[in-house]
Amino acid sequence: MILILGSGVGLFVFKSEARLNKNFENQGAFLKEHPFRLGLDLSGGSHLVYEADVSGVPEGEVADSMDALRDVIERRVNLFGVSEPVVQIQGGGFISGSVNQLIVDLPGVTDVEKAIAMIGQTPLLEFKIQAPEGTPREVKVGADGKIDLGTVDLGPQFVSTELTGRYLEKATLDFDVNTRAPIINLQFDEEGAKLFEKITGENILKPLAIFLDGQSIIDTTGDGIIDNRDFYAPTVQGKISGGQAVITGNSTPAEAKQLVGRLNSGALPVPISLLSKQTIGATLGDNAVAAGVKATIVGFLLVALFLILWYRLPGLIAVVSLCIFIVIMLALFKLIPVTLTAAGIAGFIISIGIAVDANVLIFERVKEELRLGRTIVEAVNVGFSRAWLAIRDSNISNILTAVILFWFGTSLIKGFALTLGMGVLVSMFSAIVITRIFLSTINFIGEGRVARFLFSSGLSK
Amino acid sequence: MFIIKHKKIFLSISATLVGLSILSFFVLGFNVGIDFKGGALVEVVYVDERPTQESLNEIVKPLDLGAVLIQPTGEKGLIIKSRDLSEEEHSALLQTLSMGKIDALTETNFNSIGPSVGRELTRKAIIAVVLVLLAIICFIAFAFRKVSRPVSSWRYGLIAIVSLIHDVIVPIGLFTIFSHFYGVELDTLFVVAVLTILGLSVADTIVIFDRIRENLKEEENISKTNFQEVVGRSLEQSYMRSIATSLTVILVLLSLFFFGPVTTKYFALMLTAGMFFGTYSSIFLAPPLLVLVEEWQVEKSKK
Repeated sequence: MILILGSGVGLFVFKSEARLNKNFENQGAFLKEHPFRLGLDLSGGSHLVYEADVSGVPEGEVADSMDALRDVIERRVNLFGVSEPVVQIQGGGFISGSVNQLIVDLPGVTDVEKAIAMIGQTPLLEFKIQAPEGTPREVKVGADGKIDLGTVDLGPQFVSTELTGRYLEKATLDFDVNTRAPIINLQFDEEGAKLFEKITGENILKPLAIFLDGQSIIDTTGDGIIDNRDFYAPTVQGKISGGQAVITGNSTPAEAKQLVGRLNSGALPVPISLLSKQTIGATLGDNAVAAGVKATIVGFLLVALFLILWYRLPGLIAVVSLCIFIVIMLALFKLIPVTLTAAGIAGFIISIGIAVDANVLIFERVKEELRLGRTIVEAVNVGFSRAWLAIRDSNISNILTAVILFWFGTSLIKGFALTLGMGVLVSMFSAIVITRIFLSTINFIGEGRVARFLFSSGLSK
Repeated sequence: MFIIKHKKIFLSISATLVGLSILSFFVLGFNVGIDFKGGALVEVVYVDERPTQESLNEIVKPLDLGAVLIQPTGEKGLIIKSRDLSEEEHSALLQTLSMGKIDALTETNFNSIGPSVGRELTRKAIIAVVLVLLAIICFIAFAFRKVSRPVSSWRYGLIAIVSLIHDVIVPIGLFTIFSHFYGVELDTLFVVAVLTILGLSVADTIVIFDRIRENLKEEENISKTNFQEVVGRSLEQSYMRSIATSLTVILVLLSLFFFGPVTTKYFALMLTAGMFFGTYSSIFLAPPLLVLVEEWQVEKSKK
């Protein structure tokens, strides 16, 4: 009976869905932070798959350059203002072979052409020098005709130089032999070397700022985001000719590594080509969600009807434990969180059917034990222990399939395998623990003919 | 048990079904989807009226997109299938379809898959199928590791695999019919369906075999004649359970087919067929086969 309370708690988690609750705004923060996470096929959006050509990268550096690539593209995607974009590396494994792919999911973005243009653009790596004293500052005039002091940027001002990422051949990371401090090597091409020589010659002991796509190349304030307060500018120690430069100083190895990756991204670390693209309109996604919910409800009702008509009292108990099963699953979807796709919903619906399977196995066993003349309590106990082996065996093969499917890869299949596998595991729990507790708490109904009728099933008396 | 008595009838039904499926597999073949062979799929919905099929064919032709298939869908929708499209080709196609008018249509779905992705997916799918098969065979070998008289354990495993193959081939045969007459395409979900059927169907067979083994253990002196009876009795004890559990899964699958998202419609149908034949085989195919094997054994030892 305590489990009824448990189901109540589960239902509260279920309440955390904005669409189902009109007074959602009044709910606690915990509930708000756990909506269902919908896959692209349900929410609408764009799915892009890029292939990275790593043939020019030495074998040991492939992973690093893929990371750098992901960083660059992630940053560009973030400029889109998309909620929860996903940029992930896929490849290099046993299953996927030697292909290095980058997957970009943009929920809600249906203008795929703009997205592709933005991702594929050449990023702008700029070297800027300090502006001469007295350069006019840009200010805004407030509504009252006075200068709006809030907009005045009193930090050092920088102006662009001709030197950009186009002239940078590569950046590499080294460590000082003695101090183990990180050193960043810059290698410019011929033209870049001339420009660099000129710039450094004119700016000795002045900072030379490095910007990427108009913003500081790395997060220098350490607050995790790159904004106007960040600003990375090594000081020029002397005129540098020959196109070789080093940046030494106060950066940590991790920071230096990130910096190298970003410097190299001035030209994408590895060339990419678009392999496949998919756009799903928002209405299509909404329809799929509605259909999925409808199918789940209808499927559940059918199963509940069948269970109650066929298995009577135990059937009713099974329906209750099935409800708990569903609530647990939905709560898990929210908490893990599992990205739900149409295939994922299908996996969930199938797992409802499988959840019943275990219950049916138990009930059939209990019924047999009753026929052999045992009391109801005895029959329930023996039936459970006998049915357990069959439940375990029949579920192992499902779990095996789910695991391999999950391994198999693409997001579509992963969604299905994950919900199915979770369903099988949770269903074993719900049948064995929850149904059992319920069944053993109802021994008060005694041994009368009515009780026996309630426990038998189908066409038997 | 009548199933055991008339085992030859049921065995031949299964054999016929498998034969027909293989036949339709070779005669009708598959519509392989763009998941595997690469290509593009564009789905649009017109705001006002959908242009006629002929005029569409006419205007799309000059775009030089190779073999283009244009199908009407729903009231105002259109599905265009072609080879994989570049961004320029894609926007050119959309412009052509809207016939110069702005906001004449909305694109609801666009999917373009390069041939290399398709090849890779095919490879992955094959690896996954092989892995699942291997895992299930290992599992069967494990589940039946304890020798049970009078039929040795590896034969149980073999029969479980035979019925497994039956359970997969028949739905695939059905699928080729759908593929041929309704244009359903072989996509990733199809492979997932096949793999799921493998998992579900072997579970069913194992439950019944478990029962047979349990009953065999209880019989102290197994004479050669009552093996049939034991199998028959085991079936009697477990067939209700088999049907009941499959029925619940089939119920949810049917609701998925009728009410669920369009994308998983045929997936659900495929699984329904797999579930149905999986149950059929674990009642009408595997136990009769077991008895048949036992009979052969007896005859052999007589000689």
